[in-house]
Amino acid sequence: MPVESLFPRLEALLPKVQKPIQYVGGELNSTVKSWDEATVRWALMYPDAYEVGLPNQGVQILYEILNEMPETLAERTYAVWPDLEALMRAEGVPQFTVDAHRPVRAFDVFGISFSTELGYTNMLTALDLAGIPLEAADRGDDDPIVLAGGHAAFNPEPVADFLDAAVLGDGEQVAIAITEVIREWKAEGSPGGRDELLMRLAESGGVYVPRFYDVEYHPDGRIRRVAPNRSGVPWRVHKHTVMDLDEWPYPKKPLVPLAETVHERFSVEIFRGCTRGCRFCQAGMITRPVRERSITTIGDMVEAGVKASGFNEVGLLSLSSADHSEIGEVAKGLADRYEGTNTSLSLPSTRVDAFNIDLANEFSRNGRRSGLTFAPEGGSERMRKVINKMVTEEDLIRTVSTAYSQGWRQVKLYFMCGLPTEEDADVLGIADLARKVIKAGREATGSRDVRCTVSIGGFVPKPHTPFQWAAQASHEVVDHRLKALKDILRGDKEYGRAIGMRYHDGKPSIVEGLLSRGDRRVGEVIRAVWQDGGRFDGWSEHFSYQRWMDAAAKVGIDVDWYTTREREENEVLPWDHLDAGLDREWLWQDWQDAVNDVEVEDCRWTPCYDCGVCPTMGTEIQIGPTGKKLLPLTVVRDRPCVSTARQKDGHHDLGRTKPL
Amino acid sequence: MGAAAPTGVASEAEYLEIAVTRWCDPDLLRAALDDSLPPGLDVLAVVEAAGESLADRLECSAWEVRLPQADPALAAVAVEAFKAAERVEVERLTKKGLRRFDAREAVLGLEARGATEGTETTAGQGSSQPCVILRMVVRHATPAVRPDDVLTGLRLVAGFAPPVPPEVTRLAQGPLDVTTGGPADPFGLDRDITRGGETEPVGGHVGGDL
Repeated sequence: MPVESLFPRLEALLPKVQKPIQYVGGELNSTVKSWDEATVRWALMYPDAYEVGLPNQGVQILYEILNEMPETLAERTYAVWPDLEALMRAEGVPQFTVDAHRPVRAFDVFGISFSTELGYTNMLTALDLAGIPLEAADRGDDDPIVLAGGHAAFNPEPVADFLDAAVLGDGEQVAIAITEVIREWKAEGSPGGRDELLMRLAESGGVYVPRFYDVEYHPDGRIRRVAPNRSGVPWRVHKHTVMDLDEWPYPKKPLVPLAETVHERFSVEIFRGCTRGCRFCQAGMITRPVRERSITTIGDMVEAGVKASGFNEVGLLSLSSADHSEIGEVAKGLADRYEGTNTSLSLPSTRVDAFNIDLANEFSRNGRRSGLTFAPEGGSERMRKVINKMVTEEDLIRTVSTAYSQGWRQVKLYFMCGLPTEEDADVLGIADLARKVIKAGREATGSRDVRCTVSIGGFVPKPHTPFQWAAQASHEVVDHRLKALKDILRGDKEYGRAIGMRYHDGKPSIVEGLLSRGDRRVGEVIRAVWQDGGRFDGWSEHFSYQRWMDAAAKVGIDVDWYTTREREENEVLPWDHLDAGLDREWLWQDWQDAVNDVEVEDCRWTPCYDCGVCPTMGTEIQIGPTGKKLLPLTVVRDRPCVSTARQKDGHHDLGRTKPL
Repeated sequence: MGAAAPTGVASEAEYLEIAVTRWCDPDLLRAALDDSLPPGLDVLAVVEAAGESLADRLECSAWEVRLPQADPALAAVAVEAFKAAERVEVERLTKKGLRRFDAREAVLGLEARGATEGTETTAGQGSSQPCVILRMVVRHATPAVRPDDVLTGLRLVAGFAPPVPPEVTRLAQGPLDVTTGGPADPFGLDRDITRGGETEPVGGHVGGDL
């Protein structure tokens, strides 16, 4: 049955809202397929505003892969701003997709990608606007399957009551598999209704259906066990890992946004996974093992993507891009190809060594040498050992001296505050480091025109990391340390003016901590916050710490118990039945090593199966070198007129741009 | 982009000046740009710039303002009162704060007529209800006088207030043609040069007549 476009009704509302262009759709490389010719239909959501959601790689990849499948269509939807939400409620316009403006409730699957837990309230808004019951248990056969993915889905328990299903890990193959299960079930006449469909998805062990698992608690509130409540449902649900990224060269046709977005470039993922073993890094732990894309596929993707989109910046993405086994060749090959053109290259690099400067120099051939970013993460040598970030002060000073002497004028350093075992002195060590960086820069250049910006984020312990047992620092502690650091820098007459400091207060991290390591009982808090008007919690202008604390108090949740409490080794964690492949004993041992300042090697270079991912998941590290090189291309090299080939913001962006 | 239409306004005549890194066939460039834009945003013509600034040539705009459910008799009275006034001071909240300016002097032409059901509309803004249609030619000035400023002026001089939000369409913009009192084709000079002095326009229709 055809589904009517909501656009005529939406269009009447658009003159009354901010940035109406974000709701119009029709971007270059977007796809609208016939509703009636499709048998399985996905609505894909990034639960934030268009300007944040559109560049998301995960959504773009799935959108393209699903739309390439016959009899399958995928459309996108984003969180609407509160001004449009109010008008949609007043006029009865439901949550819509931006592609064909179809109502989200008409789709078979409503897939939501959670990069961060702070999108949970936006999910509730979208469900409510769509006319889909908030509680999964209240949904009928006409409602879509509400499916979560993304890194936050590795602990979906706080939103378990609102989800029909969750998928862990890489989405490419499992999205196709889910599509085929739904197609088959519908072709059979949808036997057994929604329950049977969910059962078919769950029994493989590759899709987590929270309602098929019961959680039992000890009298003191800890979890006693999580167990399937029906036969045929596996005890553990495993993550998905795409092997051979060369076979999955997506996005091939990147979406070109109509409105301004946070990242306006064509991003090519040069490898997935990271084995550096930074203990705070959830992404590094849950995306193991390392799987590289080959130099030739990278070259082909860049060429095709630039041609298809017209982007004038290409970002080579990964968790540690300078670690690609052929990054030097990739950098040189691409820089040669695009030298003198409008196309600039960027690398989100954090490696602290001279090789990184060489790479940065290659990538800045077309532009000016403005800023370089490094991420020591910890302010003292001891702290860096705790988090397994093996960077010595010597390394850092030598690297920044090289950078300054080669014409770079600004260095940005990323740190965290509130790390396990951290004391005031560790954070104040950031000031010492920054002063030494400026001193080295002045010596290297003979000029006072050098700057260093320290950017400090609050540490949040994450599931599936060695710090999953750790006590999170209270916001009072974090704020006290940040203030002390700020006072020291402000009072430094010799270097203070050359050092900038960027930070956020500690309160948002506490809410993120509650949602990251929460269990199903936290769902009531999320619902209460949303009912009280909580929206866009990732945006400082919308976030209200007090609203979260009031809601927690109202439903009887002790926020400290979830955040600042250290867990015992044998405590059942809410996500223990969700298998990221990491051996629990290895994680615990790594946690013990952390508090004893013991470092662990990168298994990319030293064969090691200790973490358990490769044997558990049947995967292997896939790295080069392939020994191949990029061949020259015929590209336009005339002098650019429209815009200069300058790279944005020093071009060594960590990709962490987030409104909060 | 010269004098972009305000948000929420339809347009048949927006102009954009871009530089390219090499010579391109204007028709091929038009097709490529058109393909890159969402449905409803159509690139009608591309001409090679003759050198003179495009923005300087966009001296005035012709607008159509549809006012569903409005009273034609009241509209006619308000239009006459507006035209008879020497100055009509209006206020608008701009990015720089609340601005007060004269909305009368920039209005070179203004007329109102009643429309019947089934009247053809522009930019797909279909309406089957009787309504008042205002057509106006407004000189580009600083601060810009927009159709909503003229509507504010009509309210101030004669208490004329449309019952529902107006549907506004820019019909054309270009250099002021003193013979017609409306905008002429801003691409006229470029077309002559692109076509080696031929006077016939190329490509599709650009802009419209008042």
